[in-house]
Amino acid sequence: MMEDRAKTPTRFLLGATVPESALPWLGTLAAIALVDLAVRIGMLPAAFFPPPSVMFVTLGALLGTASFWHGLWDTLWTWAASLGAAAVLGIALGVGMGASRYLYASLRLVVEFLRPIPSVALIPAVILVIGVDFGSKIFLAAFAAFWPILIQTIYGMHDVEPQAMDTARAYGMPGRDRLLRVALPSASPYVGTGIRIGSAVALIIVVTMEIVVGIPGLGELILQARQGANVERTYALILAAGLLGMSLNLGFARLEARLLFWHPSHRKDTR
Amino acid sequence: MKRNGRTVLIALEIATPFVLVTLYALWAAPRDSFFFPPLGEILAALRADWFGERILSDIWPSIRRILLGFSLSAILAVGLGFALGLSRRARIATAPLVEFFRALPPPALLPLTILVLGVGDVAKVLLIALVCLFPILQNTIAGITGIDPTLRETARMYGITRRGELLHVVLPGALPAIFAGLRTSLSLAVIMMVISEFVAASNGIGFGIWQAKRLFDIPLMWSGIIILGILGYILNMALLQIESRVLAWHRGARKAAE
Amino acid sequence: MLAVEQLGRDFGAVRAIAEISVTFEPDRFTCIVGPSGCGKTTLLKCISGLLPPSRGRVTLHGRPVTRPPREMALVFQDYSRSLFPWMTVRDNVAFPLRKRRDLDAAALRELVEESLAAVGLSDAIGRYPWQLSGGMQQRTAIARAIAYQPEILLMDEPFASVDAQTRADLEDLILAIRRRYSMTVVFVTHDIDESVYLGDRVVVLGPPPTQVKEVLEVGLPAERDQITTKKDPEFLRLRSHVFANIMNREEQG
Repeated sequence: MMEDRAKTPTRFLLGATVPESALPWLGTLAAIALVDLAVRIGMLPAAFFPPPSVMFVTLGALLGTASFWHGLWDTLWTWAASLGAAAVLGIALGVGMGASRYLYASLRLVVEFLRPIPSVALIPAVILVIGVDFGSKIFLAAFAAFWPILIQTIYGMHDVEPQAMDTARAYGMPGRDRLLRVALPSASPYVGTGIRIGSAVALIIVVTMEIVVGIPGLGELILQARQGANVERTYALILAAGLLGMSLNLGFARLEARLLFWHPSHRKDTR
Repeated sequence: MKRNGRTVLIALEIATPFVLVTLYALWAAPRDSFFFPPLGEILAALRADWFGERILSDIWPSIRRILLGFSLSAILAVGLGFALGLSRRARIATAPLVEFFRALPPPALLPLTILVLGVGDVAKVLLIALVCLFPILQNTIAGITGIDPTLRETARMYGITRRGELLHVVLPGALPAIFAGLRTSLSLAVIMMVISEFVAASNGIGFGIWQAKRLFDIPLMWSGIIILGILGYILNMALLQIESRVLAWHRGARKAAE
Repeated sequence: MLAVEQLGRDFGAVRAIAEISVTFEPDRFTCIVGPSGCGKTTLLKCISGLLPPSRGRVTLHGRPVTRPPREMALVFQDYSRSLFPWMTVRDNVAFPLRKRRDLDAAALRELVEESLAAVGLSDAIGRYPWQLSGGMQQRTAIARAIAYQPEILLMDEPFASVDAQTRADLEDLILAIRRRYSMTVVFVTHDIDESVYLGDRVVVLGPPPTQVKEVLEVGLPAERDQITTKKDPEFLRLRSHVFANIMNREEQG
């Protein structure tokens, strides 16, 4: 049914003659070519907008430098360390708050008040107390990623199908097993969502710390390129940061699909 | 029994934050730690500075930047989201670009806007708008494509005009998803406001905090952080209020579905 | 007059409907019955103009149907997906009427209220669909169709998602409505009893690629009753005949 209505609203590119599988490539190439042309005919000032083709060439050249790979590695491992710490703490506290009404009641208001504090607001405090190093970067990124993981875990624990818990109880499953075998697996899609959001948030904070404070990583390279007024390099590095974010997103989506194959949203046959 | 249990729960809920704050006050007061000043000093700075002349000189400029950038991106993103959400081929063709900008860590764009637009207010507002655009855009597209085809077929069956369909079927149907995008973007707006004021500004809450840090005025720094927390909380609450007004039907429908 | 002429429909390489020709005379109640997955909904969507056929055509008063015509209303199977959750019952019924220039505000309100009264929903007028039971939601969808004042009412398994008691009530409701407003009804169902109970005529479809297997006139009196009609020997004869036909079995006796 869809294909019949799709033709009418906009005849995009060459209308319906281009197969759909080619569209993402064509669209991306067209956008790149368009900006490239706009710069080359002077519609966009070349001083600020290097032609995209030049960005890609610059990025290619960067791939051959050790400093790029050092920066990428520093960003990646601090991101992974902070996400790991946030996941362990967030899931542990989330399961606790989800399972115990008393713990939930005690900490609910605290969470409600701490959560909306923009983590970046803590940057000055963190660098004063911890110092300008990887520790402060990891601490703040973990702090920021902790909240979505915590909240999603609590949601998930509260969303466990009461029938599933009743069934487990009816079959005489002890409390600890009910938590591990029933509550946790059914909360896991939420935890997965929390970790996915947490991953993006951690990356944001890691890059922020690198750019704002100047801690080694991809962000610091961007900062240096900008300070050196190296426009092509700035753009090429931003391009790299976007590609990094994209691959991390994609990786998590794949991982979730593989681990949560039993969940309805990942079943292919159901539409 | 049950009643007792609930009283305990409510008491715990209210008491814990007070206990934590009191613990901090008791811990910090005798210690005279440089980085963790007594609670009284922080509150004094809060009252004297932030609720004094800084309301106009720093807090208001920050709020203005957020609101301008956020509303600009909301308008652009919903409009663009409609165009892409309604045309399958356009959506497929632009998917990689949208995906790229959605995945790009927003602070990476800060050096770029400084480079191109400088450090003025326009640069900050446009940076916030640019960063907020993509979550709203992606959610608008998802909201529109997620509308049950039966609803749109119903509209077609009953001779509803294209305009009527967009306004009364597609828009309300996509609104829950659009609001989810707005919530994500609002917190991004606060983040971008703060860091752009850290890096280059002559006023604003972020600027005030950074300046306090440079001058080692620690109570002022902490109280500024508290102000940001309050601001984030209020903005979020305001959006949730609007959402619950606009989407009253959605909450009801979701509850009924359970 | 509504006519389906040598209509065929493919989905990609799959041939859903091979060829169907059938005409619907004014004021008659036709039930279309067939095994599940035989393309009943596809046929109805082609008739309504929502889905273009791959071959053949649908004509209404001699003109080909290429988009949903003003003369038709359609009641979908899944009421929870065809009612707008952000509109009250009143607004759902009134929504298709908002561009009607011949109705002023008072006439419009009267039409909406009358239609809701006809389905017994006057009390629910200010509520939202999700505050209603399944049966009441489907009544709302029926009221919306009546208020549209169609010449032809198309119904796509409208009672498939409600419980048995509600289903019987709704069947009698649709018979009452049909007597009150003279309309051509095309009623798709997979329930053989329902098709014989409701229809003046039953069109039996075969498995895909779908063709018409048989067209049966229902010789039951116009007044139907859940108990006496369903005991009528003619009813029993017709339903076993249709059953045997659909199950591809030779009739016994």
